[in-house]
Amino acid sequence: MDGFWSVLGGAFALVFALDPDLLEIIGLSMRVTLTAVFFACLVGFPLGAAVGVFRFPGRTILSVTLNALMGLPPVVVGLVVYLMLSASGPLGPLRLLYTPSAMIIAQMIIVTPIVAALTRQVVEDLNREYAEQFASLGVGALDRVLSLLWDARYTLLTVALAGFGRAVAEVGAVLIVGGNINHVTRVMTTTIALETSKGNLQLALALGVVLLAIAFSVTACVMALKASAVRAAYA
Amino acid sequence: MRDAGFDMPAAPSASRQSLAPEPLLEARGLVFEAGGQRLLDGVDVSIRKGSRTLVMGPNGAGKSLLLRLLHGLIHPLEGDISWQGGPLGKQARQAQAMVFQRPVLLRRSVLANLKFALSVRGLRGSERARKIDAALASAGLDHLAKRPARVLSGGEQQRLAVVRALACDPDLLFLDEPTANLDPASTAAIENLVLEANARGVTIVLITHDSGQAHRLGEDVIFLQDGVVAETGSARQVLNNPQSEPARAWHDGRLYLGPDTRSLAEKSGRTV
Repeated sequence: MDGFWSVLGGAFALVFALDPDLLEIIGLSMRVTLTAVFFACLVGFPLGAAVGVFRFPGRTILSVTLNALMGLPPVVVGLVVYLMLSASGPLGPLRLLYTPSAMIIAQMIIVTPIVAALTRQVVEDLNREYAEQFASLGVGALDRVLSLLWDARYTLLTVALAGFGRAVAEVGAVLIVGGNINHVTRVMTTTIALETSKGNLQLALALGVVLLAIAFSVTACVMALKASAVRAAYA
Repeated sequence: MRDAGFDMPAAPSASRQSLAPEPLLEARGLVFEAGGQRLLDGVDVSIRKGSRTLVMGPNGAGKSLLLRLLHGLIHPLEGDISWQGGPLGKQARQAQAMVFQRPVLLRRSVLANLKFALSVRGLRGSERARKIDAALASAGLDHLAKRPARVLSGGEQQRLAVVRALACDPDLLFLDEPTANLDPASTAAIENLVLEANARGVTIVLITHDSGQAHRLGEDVIFLQDGVVAETGSARQVLNNPQSEPARAWHDGRLYLGPDTRSLAEKSGRTV
């Protein structure tokens, strides 16, 4: 038990000392995760909204597929992205393997179905409420999707948060396509895995503490924003 | 008009015929089914241009459904709806507006709700601003313009819904029980908006269960029972001297249970 507290104390010491290696890893993690979530939202919000609003052949299949892909195994995504980006793969000439870009692509593939599936549900529910009014006003298809996304904006923040949670905690895919290269593709989760295997528990735990703190902080901010929106009747 | 099988189906009165040379909206033989049930069965309706028509009848008679069909929100299984003699197309829909029983307001400010509706109709800039100002003033909502629409009281929300619909300059305004659950002051405010709009030439089609409101607003009445038109005519005639048994039952405050049953007591075999 003493060992645990001593490791934890050392971990906090590292965090408060603003260790440059630690900051570099945290910075890269945030850059990769936030970029992946941004692009996932860019694709997932309109895709989910379109599936939620419009009736078209194959809609049910697409909806089921999006829901199923929410549980996409990250290592499988990592493997597929690896094969696509490897020298002999179709995207090999882009030379993205073992770069943060490859990690962003992998994370985006994991997060997009989550964002799209949850958005579909949110927008479908809201559309049920607005549909007749929109039809009465003669709102066009594009305006309808944009309006629903705008009016669901605070709920969609929670959707983005779900995507962020999945991305920031992801380890399998980014390890495969990023390679966990020091000062290049080393992020918090891959470092925790590596340092634990090496027995360097202080750094691993320090990163774990930071990861938790970030997750708590982002969640708290989003929930506070949502709560204020609910109070103002905008959500 | 379809023979509804009521004891005294009423034909349109001679005075009403003379008042109705120019129907704005006409429906012939409307049939609508859902869940294996026929909810509207051969409904004929004629709405005079510039008139105030009330759609009345007990719960489940098909009043809201009829309004949705006439507004083109849903399509009939059978029957035709014509707008000024032509089909009920996109242009006709743009000339109509509807206010629902429960106002559907966007999760935005009062101002943004009006702005949105007018933008959809293609209005921008100073013209839109002028219409928004006029709408807010007519509803007495100027001071609440920046408030989220959903924190307004029920009466304020419904006033906003009415002026939002009217701001789009419709030729015909459908109102589905716009004053249900509102206090007398809010009801009066809505009725004033409706009467002012009608005075400007907007044709009104309104559902109500409120006898007082029917007398205050009604010119023509369409009385529905079990998805068929039981009676149509001038408001004075239908409200004061109904000819059909369903309308008489409504007038007397009785529950109409069918052509062979005059009261709930008869239905259950009890005597009251």
